[in-house]
Amino acid sequence: MPDEEPPITLYRLQACPYCERVVRTLQDLDLEYTSRFVEPMHSERDVVKRVAGSRPVPAIVDERTGVTMSESANVVDYLESTYGDGLVDATGGAD
Amino acid sequence: MVDFEVVDLPATDHVAEGDEAPDFTRPLVNDEFWADASLSELTAEGPVCLVFHSMDGSFPATYIWNELRDRNVDEHCTVVGVSISTPYAHKRLIEERDMEFDLFSDPANGVAEAYGVTHDLDGMTGVSEARPATFLVDADRTVQYAWVAEEWPDFPPYDDLEREIRALAD
Repeated sequence: MPDEEPPITLYRLQACPYCERVVRTLQDLDLEYTSRFVEPMHSERDVVKRVAGSRPVPAIVDERTGVTMSESANVVDYLESTYGDGLVDATGGAD
Repeated sequence: MVDFEVVDLPATDHVAEGDEAPDFTRPLVNDEFWADASLSELTAEGPVCLVFHSMDGSFPATYIWNELRDRNVDEHCTVVGVSISTPYAHKRLIEERDMEFDLFSDPANGVAEAYGVTHDLDGMTGVSEARPATFLVDADRTVQYAWVAEEWPDFPPYDDLEREIRALAD
């Protein structure tokens, strides 16, 4: 395990296709990420509400850019536009 | 003459005091979510008390966590559980016991196997879980105190455990 946590945290629900779409994008872009799994019941997702402002997943927190975002299409667009053409060096660390 | 049966567990070659605690990575469950975590990540922050327990919902699991919760052992070091139960079951247990401890989910029982504390359950064919055991691991991942059940059911010697935790934390 790396000593430093990857800067991207993905809040996800097991077997959720919208979450898998974000996972595929992260993997396609070779981005490291930490998965935090929450439960199907919205009422059980206070952590997502706290970090993202609302309870739907997938939601990501990108400490490198300070961006927090939910809704898979938004997240995929964000990831591709931010990291897709080497716009931000995904391997260069958080600084 | 007693009319109940406490079962002797077979001798096991388990991790002992002075050994390096085997590192592992499993989903670690708290009251809000679960994410992969390793023992070495936890010990990097300080001593860790690793508590192997029977599957969530069994009375030994309930009793052990009630006792450790009431003793506030987490004030002195990180206390984490390990059982074969799923993250979903762990979340229920944490909620029901109203406890501050995080729990590793190890459905394939590989962590118990690495520590030499497996228990094949009679009457639950194909199910192996951890036998009750506690390992107090210091920041160098050396086992400072080990207790492994020799009979079933059995419970950690709480007074000894608490004393060892306090001694290591000071």
